[in-house]
Amino acid sequence: MDAMAIVSIFILSVFVGFEVVSKVSSTLHTPLMSGANAIHGVILVGAIMVCSHSETNLELGLSVAAIILATINMIGGFVVTDRMLEMFKGKKGASK
Amino acid sequence: MSQTLYDLIGLAAGICFILALKGLSHPKTARRGNLIGALGATVATVVVFLKPPINNLPWILGALAVGTAIGVPAARKVQMTQMPQLVALFNGVGGGAAALVAIVEYLSLGTEATTAEVIFTVFTVVVGCVSFSGSIITFLKLQELMTTRPVVFPGGRFVIAATLGAVLASSVWVVIELGTTPLLVLAALSLIFGILFVLPVGGADVPIVISLLNAFTGLTVAASGYVLQSTLLIIAGTLVGASGTILTRLMADAMGRSLFGTLFGAFTAKPQEATGQAEERPVRSGSADDVAILLNYARRVVIVPGFGLAVAQAQHTVRELADLMISKGIDVAYGIHPVAGRMPGHMNVLLAEANVPYDQLAEMDEVNPTFGQTDVAIVIGANDVVNPAAQTTPGCPIYGMPILEVNHAANIIFLKRSMRPGFAGIENELLYDPKTMLLFGDAKASLTKVVSALKAL
Repeated sequence: MDAMAIVSIFILSVFVGFEVVSKVSSTLHTPLMSGANAIHGVILVGAIMVCSHSETNLELGLSVAAIILATINMIGGFVVTDRMLEMFKGKKGASK
Repeated sequence: MSQTLYDLIGLAAGICFILALKGLSHPKTARRGNLIGALGATVATVVVFLKPPINNLPWILGALAVGTAIGVPAARKVQMTQMPQLVALFNGVGGGAAALVAIVEYLSLGTEATTAEVIFTVFTVVVGCVSFSGSIITFLKLQELMTTRPVVFPGGRFVIAATLGAVLASSVWVVIELGTTPLLVLAALSLIFGILFVLPVGGADVPIVISLLNAFTGLTVAASGYVLQSTLLIIAGTLVGASGTILTRLMADAMGRSLFGTLFGAFTAKPQEATGQAEERPVRSGSADDVAILLNYARRVVIVPGFGLAVAQAQHTVRELADLMISKGIDVAYGIHPVAGRMPGHMNVLLAEANVPYDQLAEMDEVNPTFGQTDVAIVIGANDVVNPAAQTTPGCPIYGMPILEVNHAANIIFLKRSMRPGFAGIENELLYDPKTMLLFGDAKASLTKVVSALKAL
């Protein structure tokens, strides 16, 4: 990938990131943070990539650790966010 | 699988993440948004396996299984009261994973690494390690395994500045020398810096720091995406970095905190002098019957729930009390401070868990003008969010934070375990006010007594 393409992707992503969360009620701050937290668990993809071409024991050990940590981040993050939001749904049901 | 198809699927996963964040910003679509995000992450993970060559497959699958076996039960079983520290921990391990990925890639590139790759690696290692160790400290603070107050030691800011200097110096060292040793030294120094960075942050500011570290981790993922030539990682990481930064600012605004002050608290913090007014002062404490009588003749009651309510698991009892009052024709509302609990929106989650009807929950701006017409404000396990010092005492740690103005209500009832100050560690003048009545004890036990006393009337 050439540098210009990467810079473009980066800058555009920054603006999208700013835009999508610019108006959020404080009620949703915690679930939103937790959801964003789960999204960066996608580093798992990177961890699998480096693990797959690990050659030395050191590389293998570190990348296995990276996969474990990233999996906890990603799967745990989405599950806990869903649990939080499930309750909001129950609340709406109760008011109707 | 062709590279083009692989990239297209990666792009689709990136779009899923954008839709996820968008969905999470609105109450109606939040749950669906989260599921879309999970879908994107799953697709991205599965697709990696379709792009050979994949070596060490047993190791990869084993590590995935171990991570799942740890993460899912932790997320399922956690008490909603302890959820903020779990989010902090998840964020920390994500940062740690990003740092490890960068280190491994650096080791395998060896001397072939371009300068740009080395610089991005250095960035990932530094910020990932800071995020990891910083998140561990926020976890310890929220779990109350260590003091929630700012930890400031003499000369602390020089130590922090020196550590930061050492981190920068070793970054340069890595770029010039390209060795394994400099990189490990850099990682170690960054871990230490993360600890020192978070230690001086006071309990009330911890959520802001978690949000900030979350944004940091996002950026490290983006940087490792550059090193690994993965568009998906760049998009996902940057999205989280940007939205996390905005969210951090929104949170700081909701709490009336200056973001700058929170961030650079580490450099400006001075050792706090012990708060003077620790003397015994008369307070008016009452019994459950007194409280019930007061409530029985009230026309309007506002309930102000705080973290103490959640700790006592009294959400259901408080709802029982509210229902009872409503059946007696009393106007009842819950006044929810944006940062009630340990994180913005945390209290809404906790009350939703107890099936409190949505229309009874009033946000701060809605409820504040009504305190003048309120006969009784019941403050349950909250303290800092009703402390008038935030409006009257410049220089106190919470000065400028918007509060619920319960001091305008005709009567105030505090349900408290003890006279211990709140999370921010500040004395609350309101406790000594003549129109305040204190009911000491566990919030759940006290509320149960009040409910039965009120039923008897």
